[in-house]
Amino acid sequence: MAEDVLLRLDRVSKVYKVGAFGGRELAAVSDVGFEVRRGEVVSLIGESGSGKSTLARMILRLTSVSGGTITFDGTDVSTLGRSYYRQVQGVFQDPFSSFNPIFPADRVLTMIRDQFFPRAAGWSERVAAALEDVRLDPGQVLGKYPHQLSGGQLQRLLIARALLLDIRLLVADEITSMLDASTRIDVLNLLADLKARGLGVLFVTHDLSLGTYVSDRTVVLRQGRVVESGPTTQIFERPEHPYTRNLLASVPRLGAKWADEAAPTGLPDGTPVVTADGTGNATGNVATHVTEEKA
Amino acid sequence: MALRVTDLKVHYRTRRGEVKALDGVTFSVADGEIMGLAGESGSGKSTLGKSLIRLDSRMRHVGGTVELDGTVVPVTDKRRMNAFRFHKISIIPQYSMSALNPTRKIGRMVGELLASRGVRLETAELERRLELVGLSAEVLGRYPIELSGGMKQRVVMVVSTLLNPSLLIADEVTSALDVSTQKAVARTLLGLRDGGLVGSMIVVTHDISLVYQIADTIMVMYGGRLAEKAPADAVATSPRHPYTRALISSLPEAGVRHADKRLQGIPGSPPALLDPPPGCRFRDRCPLAFERCAEQPPFAEVAPDHFVACWKAM
Amino acid sequence: MTAVPTARREALHFALRNGKLLAGLVVVGVFLIAAVAGPLIIDYGPNDYVGPAASPPSGEFWFGTTTFGQDVLAQFVYGLRATFLVGILGGGLAAVIGMVVGFTAGYRGGLVDEVLNMITNIVLVLPALVVLLIINAYLGVRSIGLQALFIGLTSWPWAARAIRAQTFSLRSRDFVDLARLSGVRTAKIIRREIAPNMSSYLFMTFILLFGGSVLIAASLDFIGLGPTEGVSLGLMLNNSARWSALQLGMWWWFIPPGAGITAIVGALYVMNVGLDEVFNPKLREM
Repeated sequence: MAEDVLLRLDRVSKVYKVGAFGGRELAAVSDVGFEVRRGEVVSLIGESGSGKSTLARMILRLTSVSGGTITFDGTDVSTLGRSYYRQVQGVFQDPFSSFNPIFPADRVLTMIRDQFFPRAAGWSERVAAALEDVRLDPGQVLGKYPHQLSGGQLQRLLIARALLLDIRLLVADEITSMLDASTRIDVLNLLADLKARGLGVLFVTHDLSLGTYVSDRTVVLRQGRVVESGPTTQIFERPEHPYTRNLLASVPRLGAKWADEAAPTGLPDGTPVVTADGTGNATGNVATHVTEEKA
Repeated sequence: MALRVTDLKVHYRTRRGEVKALDGVTFSVADGEIMGLAGESGSGKSTLGKSLIRLDSRMRHVGGTVELDGTVVPVTDKRRMNAFRFHKISIIPQYSMSALNPTRKIGRMVGELLASRGVRLETAELERRLELVGLSAEVLGRYPIELSGGMKQRVVMVVSTLLNPSLLIADEVTSALDVSTQKAVARTLLGLRDGGLVGSMIVVTHDISLVYQIADTIMVMYGGRLAEKAPADAVATSPRHPYTRALISSLPEAGVRHADKRLQGIPGSPPALLDPPPGCRFRDRCPLAFERCAEQPPFAEVAPDHFVACWKAM
Repeated sequence: MTAVPTARREALHFALRNGKLLAGLVVVGVFLIAAVAGPLIIDYGPNDYVGPAASPPSGEFWFGTTTFGQDVLAQFVYGLRATFLVGILGGGLAAVIGMVVGFTAGYRGGLVDEVLNMITNIVLVLPALVVLLIINAYLGVRSIGLQALFIGLTSWPWAARAIRAQTFSLRSRDFVDLARLSGVRTAKIIRREIAPNMSSYLFMTFILLFGGSVLIAASLDFIGLGPTEGVSLGLMLNNSARWSALQLGMWWWFIPPGAGITAIVGALYVMNVGLDEVFNPKLREM
């Protein structure tokens, strides 16, 4: 079982120094721990300010870690060199910002070859295979500029880029939030396909229903802390933490109106209040569906 | 009928030609009706919202009329529109909550805004309305940075409806918010209507599940034209237009799991509106398309209050 | 072969079809040819007294002569040489320093940024003229090269600040992160990802530094700290002003240098607008 664990976060924290002379500290992430295993999709659910994107950036080594350790295959990722990126890749929220606007979009693929496989034979065949895996027609995307492609096509192109590296873990940070509903689901299905190929996927999202659709296990974050984690079905059917319950109740569903637990006006503001020291009113108790997890 | 729009056409001028963003739409909104206007990017939903109140310099009114409470709205006449804008028709623009001047306290900003419209600020009334949307009068003495996204959005809502407009257009007001805040803001919209502060409302959104929560009717747009308009429940449970059906079946409703049911998106992409093909705009992606679709189907009433633009639905 | 040469070839393709860029290039090119070839054709020096005093343009002296009978055309072509030299050396040096400091500070951030920012601000408030006086008094060298060096060493700070700000905003774009995830090294990220996005901006910076150097050089010439031997367009302007060319109606004395400076800087500006269209694929199509 243990060798199945690809990524492990152990009491990971991120503290930002803010204010004049860095006098104040703001905790973006505090004591977060979870695992991503081979062949599973883990969704990291959180609202704005939950620290979910900071976590994704720390896993991708784009931001330094203030405390705790992140290990990949049992090795601390900070000790791994460039080879880390042959195994772990990321896709970000804004497809249009992920591409350098002045170059053709397929430059992200060429960059992989230049950096990792400068003398690879049969490169165009590999590109064709990767594009097929993400269901893109090479003729429609190769040689085009980013603004000539749709958001969905661009995100697929980025997944294809990651596949060229034979990665083992993909960090997908809100990759569908800027896509239209009719194309969003196809990108989500791709994540499920990756899982079927034995990859681990960390799907970061604010949308519980998207997380539920695609993931095996769920980690719910609030103000930098894990409030609940466990198998997705359990969290969805029997949420234990009040925050998760509230989140679930707020998700709009077509064909079912929100339960009328309050008058239409005068509602409490749902936005969490963050106090100056950053600890805010985050609740200390963490609901974990331990039994299933260790089974 | 509070609002009646007849064959409205608005094009965008670009250097490559005219983009037919809104290509002949006809519909009406009843008194007190909250209409959800749903569509994907490029469907023309935001153009429609803007056309009812403020044509920007790139937009060109090609044809059609807008009537509000029996009066023709002079959408092309900037000067005469001033009598309507804010007084009769009000809009909460997209990103408006991020557009609050960070150097002014909320109260002063509201005062300045009203003065520029030639309206006197009645503080007591303003405070009463803030309370109605769940904000204390104290926010008037605060700077925008001190308020959360949901609070700012509600301040904007109160300001836009101060003069009890007949029609409020809310353009993607919930899209940048967290789910729990979305819920509060959506309910505030409902409260504005129920409290009689606005007549009817058009809620422009890409999130059909969200607008279903508060809308009486939902109108779906595709490729610059209307696809379907029906009572919200009819759209949710028995949509007639193939596009509406495909769109709804691609939504992962909370609880649906990939392992149990693999949902499908809509293959293909929306037509380019620079030079759209004749006939039904959804034809290329539609599983039901047949020869007749080369001819544009009318937006016809197929059941009471249920309008669909599809030959197969008639 | 790779994406970058393809992009370059494409840029060239559009560059050759861009009217603004070509027009600007033609104007600058004509002046450059005049500056290079002119002195080779004219067989006397710019300060030689070769003709009648204060004569208007004629078949013999196309641009007329000065109060002292020097050929304005000869002064003009020699002056162009000095002007190009000061502009290119001074502007170029300032641009190089500005880019190194701006890119490093903007991309690295943190302590590196704070230190570089401090140095930038110190140079920014340095009384340039006083420093020059001291240099001049102690070294006594007044070549165009030294003048350019001094201008370059003192005029980079605003360029550094502008480039730093641009770099700062580009650094947070996702494509920079994606390049980092591709294992691309920092210097290459700046060169291949960030700089190309501001190439027209960098060119504009160079144009302004170029023009600034030309103007600073003219001011220095005026207070007697310019090259003692030789001519520059700035020196011509100042000479014509000192000998009251305007009041005497000797328009041929000050119009060529004034028009020359304006035309060169203006042409570079038009080129910049053209380059913007070449580098930005979105502008190409619309």
